[in-house]
Amino acid sequence: MKFADFTQARETGKYAAYKPPRAPLSKHLRWLESEAIHIMRETVAETKNPALLFSGGKDSIVMLRLAEKAFRPDKFPFPLVHIDTEHNFPEVIEFRDRRVKELDERLIVRSVGEAIRSGRIVLRRADESRNVHQTVTLLDTIKEFEFDALFGGARRDEEKARAKERIISHRDEWGQWDPKNQRPELWSLYNMRIHPGEHVRVFPISNWTELDVWQYIAHENLEVPSIYFSHEREIVERKGLLVPVTDLTPPKSGEIVVKKAVRFRTVGDITCTAPVASDAATVDEIVEETLIARLTERGATRLDDQTSDASMEMRKKEGYF
Amino acid sequence: MNTSIKTIDTLRFTTAGSVDDGKSTLIGRLLYDSKSILEDQVAAIARTTEKRGQAGLDLSLLTDGLTAEREQGITIDVAYRYFATPTRRFIIADTPGHEQYTRNMVTGASTANVAIVLIDAARGIQPQSRRHAALAVLLDLPHVVVAVNKMDLVGYDEAVFTRMKTEFTAIGQELGVRNISFIPVSALAGDMVVARAVDGSANMPWYDGPTLLEFLENVPVEKQAESAFRFPVQLVSRVRFGASKENRGYLGRVESGHITVGAEIVVLPSGETARIAEIITLDGNSESASTLDSVTITLDRQLDISRGDMIADAAQPPRVTDTVRANVCWLGSESLNSGRRYLLKTGTRTVRAQIATVNSRYDVQTLTANPATTLNTNDIGELLIRTVQPIMIDPYSVNHATGGLILIDEVTHATVAAGTVLADV
Ligand SMILES: Nc1nc2c(ncn2[C@@H]2O[C@H](COP(=O)(O)OP(=O)(O)O)[C@@H](O)[C@H]2O)c(=O)[nH]1
Repeated sequence: MKFADFTQARETGKYAAYKPPRAPLSKHLRWLESEAIHIMRETVAETKNPALLFSGGKDSIVMLRLAEKAFRPDKFPFPLVHIDTEHNFPEVIEFRDRRVKELDERLIVRSVGEAIRSGRIVLRRADESRNVHQTVTLLDTIKEFEFDALFGGARRDEEKARAKERIISHRDEWGQWDPKNQRPELWSLYNMRIHPGEHVRVFPISNWTELDVWQYIAHENLEVPSIYFSHEREIVERKGLLVPVTDLTPPKSGEIVVKKAVRFRTVGDITCTAPVASDAATVDEIVEETLIARLTERGATRLDDQTSDASMEMRKKEGYF
Repeated sequence: MNTSIKTIDTLRFTTAGSVDDGKSTLIGRLLYDSKSILEDQVAAIARTTEKRGQAGLDLSLLTDGLTAEREQGITIDVAYRYFATPTRRFIIADTPGHEQYTRNMVTGASTANVAIVLIDAARGIQPQSRRHAALAVLLDLPHVVVAVNKMDLVGYDEAVFTRMKTEFTAIGQELGVRNISFIPVSALAGDMVVARAVDGSANMPWYDGPTLLEFLENVPVEKQAESAFRFPVQLVSRVRFGASKENRGYLGRVESGHITVGAEIVVLPSGETARIAEIITLDGNSESASTLDSVTITLDRQLDISRGDMIADAAQPPRVTDTVRANVCWLGSESLNSGRRYLLKTGTRTVRAQIATVNSRYDVQTLTANPATTLNTNDIGELLIRTVQPIMIDPYSVNHATGGLILIDEVTHATVAAGTVLADV
């Protein structure tokens, strides 16, 4: 009996038609997939009120597929949460809502903009990046819903501080990560015990690389927002990076606006996410490009991470995802 | 394009060395020469090298992750690194070498297939090198490869390498290392890490073994698959499965062995038996499941099964017991307290436990057992542990998945110990 039969057998089942992939998974992706499923199931068993962060980006798209593999034909035993910076690419939000609808799951959206308008967050510049400020809204949301575990799609290959973070990452009641006092993580025996007010961040795809993510997306035939593919866009060059020209990010005086074929490798706050020059128009072409990539993901695309080598660690200590 | 890496497998290895043996440089070299380092990372370490007033490219900076470490110039935690060659994918657990970080080494080694132990050819074998090999024995790593580093400082002299090899082979035998290999390298210059010759000159023509990377690419990954079938139940799904209206699905991962539809299994600790009815994944049912497959299982009979139970091969069941003898590395900052209760987690089962006796504490240089009454942070010793409910275990030497356990402090919730189950009580 195939999965499709289960869906029919369920009274309430109206999930997106799941298209099984074309071929069996490669050995190492199968290992990674199974590990992630195991981690998700352990978390659901050992915590009371988990949630999954879904931004519409490629890593969280993979996370949703893994949740399907872990829990279907049941509904996901957790809601999806998006911390909205309001600095979005419209294509990503459109995709986010469509995907949630297809999956027939619950999405909670909390906005950084709300916190700015209510004075909880004070900006130094009206158009500044809101990546840092997500922390406030994220912690407010955790409090509001009393979440004790949050699934995130972070990977250890993204950045140096992440390379040391556990799969189950403990946060104190302020949401802070203490890198020097992490719980040892042995075999697959995860310890998710916490005190009231604390929570754990859970990273099921810790051991995946950017290439693994794209190969998995290709294999599973997953849809991703269109801005991941090559498209013509008005950009300016700034400090060796391509900066998209938008209402929020107008060119500075003296900068020359040019049209270029680009794609995004991450989708975040529009004011600090830079595309790379690319002609890759399909997932297979992105896989190919990633195989020969010359720049790590964050270095190439995040304008705010460049400030200092230690900037990611600083933010993580403060509760950033 | 993506077909080129269809069949590659994953090798996990850990690295240990005393401070300044060149561990960071070696890993940096391995990543750099295998073209796993990207331009912006190279640019970042070039900037830092220059800021420190040094010349060239300090490859050791590639693996120094946290601010505190960069300040102290040493690695203080486990960092995971990823790289791939056309034949294999590698996960490095990079751990610090100091005695005070034994717990980090144990953590890194718990999931590794191979341990790289570094020796500084100029300084000779240090007490710490012994300890690293001893930990590999305690965690039953199938392979230890000794990288005799800084060969450039001893004029690439074969005699030095041979002497180290003889000395360390004796240590390995004394400790009981399963397989041991030796490779002479210069992490700084690059000899025998990835390339046999650097800038066209072969400095060690007398060595005809594999380079470090060749070794890692070819060493067999030992399979848990040969062990008996073990399936710790993670979750129970009440969704109706199959033709029977009542059937429940048991969600879990095959931790060892192999199972097929129709096979006879035993549910533990209850001891009831049944047959496998279905093996379900989102991609359809299958006739069988192998080690490390995450699946949903249904049985041909209605049994009362919950999380923490284990479905196992009926012909070769694990031990069901409330008394376990184990080698334990104490990870907690407070010493072991026999008067206190701890939580013991093995598989998906967590039960209350108490330390019945501290049988011994090991001298971590020699693995000789000495009498002891407690264990302090980073100590390794043998304990007898009693549990309030029964647990299902195998000796660690037979099955790493069902032979590993952790102890959790009931009050602080810290993970205070990691243990490997010994054969009998
Ligand atoms: N001559 C020489 N020096 C080396 C070699 N490998 C590492 N070093 C130096 O030894 C020192 C310690 O190296 P590092 O990688 O930081 O050691 P770690 O503390 O084990 O990580 C540094 O000054 C390195 O440049 C080598 O093969 N030859």
